[in-house]
Amino acid sequence: MIVRVSSDLASPQTSPSVAAQRRSFFRSLLYRESFCAWIFIAPALAGFSIFYLLPTIRAVYFSFTDWNLLRAPVFNAGANYIKLWNDPNFWTSMKITLLYVLYNIPIQTVIGLLLAVLLARVGGSIVLRSIILAPYLIANVIAAIIWFWMLDPLLGFGNAMLQWVGLGRIAFFTDRELALPTIAAVNIWRHMGLVALLFYTGIQTIPKDIYEAARVEGAGHWKSFIRITLPLLRPTFVFVLVTSIIGSFQVFDTIAVTTLGGPGFSTRTIVWYTYQEGFVSFRMGYASAMSCALFLCLAIVTVVQMRILRAGQSELG
Amino acid sequence: MGTPTSNSGRLSGRWFGYAVLVLFAIISLGPMWIAVKTALSDSRTLFTGASSLLPQDPTLFNFERVMGLVNPSDPRLQQTSFAKIDFYRALANSVIFTLLAVVPQIACSAMAAYAFARLRFTGRRLIFFLFLCVTMIPGVVLIIPNFILIKDLGWLNTFQGMAAPYALMTPFAVFFLRQMFLSTPRELEESARIDGANYLSIFFRVVLPIHRSALATLTILSVLNAWNEFFWPFVVGRAENVRVMAVAINAFRSQQAGGVPDWSGLMGCTVLGIIPVAILLLLFGRKVVEAFQYTGYR
Repeated sequence: MIVRVSSDLASPQTSPSVAAQRRSFFRSLLYRESFCAWIFIAPALAGFSIFYLLPTIRAVYFSFTDWNLLRAPVFNAGANYIKLWNDPNFWTSMKITLLYVLYNIPIQTVIGLLLAVLLARVGGSIVLRSIILAPYLIANVIAAIIWFWMLDPLLGFGNAMLQWVGLGRIAFFTDRELALPTIAAVNIWRHMGLVALLFYTGIQTIPKDIYEAARVEGAGHWKSFIRITLPLLRPTFVFVLVTSIIGSFQVFDTIAVTTLGGPGFSTRTIVWYTYQEGFVSFRMGYASAMSCALFLCLAIVTVVQMRILRAGQSELG
Repeated sequence: MGTPTSNSGRLSGRWFGYAVLVLFAIISLGPMWIAVKTALSDSRTLFTGASSLLPQDPTLFNFERVMGLVNPSDPRLQQTSFAKIDFYRALANSVIFTLLAVVPQIACSAMAAYAFARLRFTGRRLIFFLFLCVTMIPGVVLIIPNFILIKDLGWLNTFQGMAAPYALMTPFAVFFLRQMFLSTPRELEESARIDGANYLSIFFRVVLPIHRSALATLTILSVLNAWNEFFWPFVVGRAENVRVMAVAINAFRSQQAGGVPDWSGLMGCTVLGIIPVAILLLLFGRKVVEAFQYTGYR
């Protein structure tokens, strides 16, 4: 051993070249935890800064300017927000959006929960779960266009069925009263399977012996659903409601494909209005102000929801 | 054991449950079948066959037409509208966009997620907190400044402009993988360290292979998201040579806003748009379903 080491020392390699020294310096860096951490995080941090952090700051800045893309943005203090406050179209859009959320969320959640309970009871085969999830896997645009065709007043299958059962043909997407609920229905169709799967997963995490104990105590299906399933599903409820309400407030794709905000302005939701102002009328400052207002609303809605649903607490301790 | 009556009651409840589930399965797939039926129908039979469940005079003409396989002098083209869609172009564009958005996104997000899960460095908590905050920001807030950025870079109607915001990270990808990395014991990584491996080789040789399944799950979710994305490509990639399928289908539909829409052509296009997703579901059904189930289980 000792002989070998000494012969190594005696070799001409004892003074390493500059290149080798540099290489070993870099190699040693790869053993430094914080250095590697920054290397690992650098690309994602760059993406985060460029496409999330800076845009958020710029959106707030734009919202205080007058800007039509042709000239440089002109700072106009809070003029956009004052205009927004006095813009009846903004308030109508808010009302339409809120109405859409109210059509959408309760029905979607109830159907999802019903399907989840049934799936849990009959065993929920993977085939059944895939089929129910299928509408969520196709694009919003495609879901919208299929329903636009299904409900076509003249040629659509849905309307042919309505006529067959003795109801007249209904112009779902071109009726002022019906257009918004119809868009909500398309959205429910697309999302009910996902909601069902999320609740189904939640139900799977509830220990079976709790139900067993309740059955021994003489509780029926309905009673154990109310007393056990619903309370223990609260974390799932929080997730499903928070994400689906946030998503629902931002409905855009379905409207872009079907009604384009019409008939009249009956489906001009807040994101559609923002899009029109920004990308059609090129009032970037005003559109930014509107998007920031939506952000504020969503933040408030989320906080209120978290409070009501007492998120973070679980009966399962 | 229950009494015979309660047993049969439970049994009939089971059948009722099945019946409701089958009803919803029909509601889920029915409209897609109607789209397939329409795509297979001759456009002249749409009125008489509106209530039919099967195509009248079944034909592949609509698919051929949408894919540009029909000779321009074919007399049958006279009956259809002039709206055209270069379906192959749109399909290729969707593939390019999805690859450009997803592949680097998974790689960069995995690296960052590993750093957040395992490595100690100053600022880790602050940066992670910022990442968390960003998930709260609605997409419509970001879309205007991001559009301006892409426009200023001269990247409108380019693939790099369409894919850039997704390519380096998405908050979801980072959170998902961080959670996965945290949920596995660190023994293997520790022993690799003792064996003299550096952080880079631990990540590539130990961590990534262990989490193959989680990476596959995330890839499925990210591919579906990118494939179905509409708003952003609609804003920055409307030119025919880059537009993805969702944008192209929307354009196809709005080209014919005036007259009677070319429904059979439109449905041909729609069905071709669904096929890639259907293949994904058929090949990886369980994986896809479990991936979505997992999204809520954080």
